[in-house]
Amino acid sequence: MIASAQTGAAATFGRRRLKDRAFTAFLWACGGVALVPLGVIAYYVVRRGLPALSVAFFTKTPAGPLDPSAGGMVQSFIGSGLIVGMACLISIPLGILTAIYLSEYGRGRIADAIRFVAEILLSTPSIVAGLVVSAVVVTAMRSFSAIAGSLAISLLMWPVITRATEEILRLVPQELREGALALGLPRWKVILRIVIPTAGAGILTAMMLAVARGLGETAPILLTALGSDYVNSSPWRPTDAVPLRIYDYARQPLEALQQVAWGGAITLMVGVLVLSIGARVLSARQERRLR
Amino acid sequence: MSHRVAEPGAASARLGDRAFRGLTLAVGMGLIAVLVVVLWVLAQGGAPALARFGPGFLVGRNWDPVHQSFGALPYVFGTLVTSAIAITLAVPVAVGLAILLNEPVGRAVTAPLASFVDVLAAIPSVVYGLWGLAVLSPAMERHVEPFLRATIGRIPILGRLFSGTPSGGDLFTAGVVLAIMILPIVTAISREVFSVVPRDLREAAKALGATRYETIRMGVLPYARPGIVGATMLGLGRALGETIAVSMVVGGGRSVGASLFAAGSTIPSVIASQFLNAQGIGYHRPALLALALVLVTISLSLAALSRLMVRRTARLLDGGSVEGAAEGPALEVSG
Repeated sequence: MIASAQTGAAATFGRRRLKDRAFTAFLWACGGVALVPLGVIAYYVVRRGLPALSVAFFTKTPAGPLDPSAGGMVQSFIGSGLIVGMACLISIPLGILTAIYLSEYGRGRIADAIRFVAEILLSTPSIVAGLVVSAVVVTAMRSFSAIAGSLAISLLMWPVITRATEEILRLVPQELREGALALGLPRWKVILRIVIPTAGAGILTAMMLAVARGLGETAPILLTALGSDYVNSSPWRPTDAVPLRIYDYARQPLEALQQVAWGGAITLMVGVLVLSIGARVLSARQERRLR
Repeated sequence: MSHRVAEPGAASARLGDRAFRGLTLAVGMGLIAVLVVVLWVLAQGGAPALARFGPGFLVGRNWDPVHQSFGALPYVFGTLVTSAIAITLAVPVAVGLAILLNEPVGRAVTAPLASFVDVLAAIPSVVYGLWGLAVLSPAMERHVEPFLRATIGRIPILGRLFSGTPSGGDLFTAGVVLAIMILPIVTAISREVFSVVPRDLREAAKALGATRYETIRMGVLPYARPGIVGATMLGLGRALGETIAVSMVVGGGRSVGASLFAAGSTIPSVIASQFLNAQGIGYHRPALLALALVLVTISLSLAALSRLMVRRTARLLDGGSVEGAAEGPALEVSG
């Protein structure tokens, strides 16, 4: 009797251990599966992107159909800089001011509502931002333009900056605010002279994340900035951008153009990854300092 | 208080305070205004199409700008199918990954793993699209899809999904790309949820001699379930709205059939490919704006619902630490 009960218990324990092993294996498999796409994408972007990089790639506009490999995408780099730069000028002040309201003044229903809207706006389909700006601004101006692209991207960057900045402002120790207020400094000066500088690096992080997001967006500028084969520095004219050029060339049958697309992909990836990894490193350091 | 008012500069300081507070509040309200304007522009612009075609707009199969007939079923279908594939593939992996990253063991390996998954979130959509088009599609056409057809394709009912000629540029490939793209966000939200499940539940289960599997199944998962549903809904919302990568690999067809190997289109992809040519009079432009209204309504509602569920989980489990953290430092000295 006792012996059979013991073997029964041993069998149960064996089954339990087996299940546990299988589950642990499943967890590690999930980790492995998640790594595969990143590895594969990085591999192809480097392998096919590196050969595309040349002086011409960075300094020339697209060449004619006779010798497409002689051309580059300088107009895309300049255009991306113009569009995202203007988007920063619009969205960074708006995003930071919103975050200041939420973290320094915001209480009650209004603040909850703004915070909630900021959160769900992070899920705005990017094509919708482009479509709305296109329907309003492009229609009114009767022209595709860099500024329309900037507005569309600003719609996406604003909530990103707000969320990230609010989080960092909340890490600023309450004692700093109280101390400054006790010295008789008005609240707005406390915010601008004490809170914001203390959070400085963190706010920079928020901006970097937003710029990374803005640089990589294609759909919003597809319907607003349109793209162009020429270097353009005017906010009021159709303008090219790196993701737009990749989108265009990727679908061309010519091998040479596809290669340029891969070149665009590797430069875009490097830019975006430097910004977002840099932001992560900075913010980890900042959080350690404030906590 | 009264002696401060008499001080020179106090009044101006208060004025400055009020002005600054007003400015930040106005900008914050501007964010809400953005949401309202987006919905209004789409509703205004899409109204003619919705009025003209009625419910047939969403169930009609015929989308024909030349003859001014607009039924969006193929696009609605493509959007739902690709997103469903993405959720099916990504959620189990994301939840498993979140559990793994939440476990106290193997930190030396899991900490970098977490960073790698975050990097996945930073890759621009168009790079996913380029890779999907140039690398994944051919691989799907030549290897993965024939294999699935020869295996799952033989099972009676389920097999219909994997029947037909593999083409690579199809609903299935788009679903796979989407799955990779939403993996980081679903993982991140699931981790957030797991991290608020009280430690003592785990400890109690462990103290009773439960294995790791049993601990997680009995002490963690039941409490995290609403949060995981929330994470899934957010992932779904993102998948529905993804544009560029999907439009590059989905094939551009109008399939509404059972086969996942057929070329389809999604709402975002059709907006991206047709809006520039829809500037004339007629119902083409209103129809696209109406589609965008449907899309944005669904994906923002999903995001809102998801947020509410994750918050509720956090509040139930943690006595409101998420909410509490959000309200903590706000010092009310205004007015």
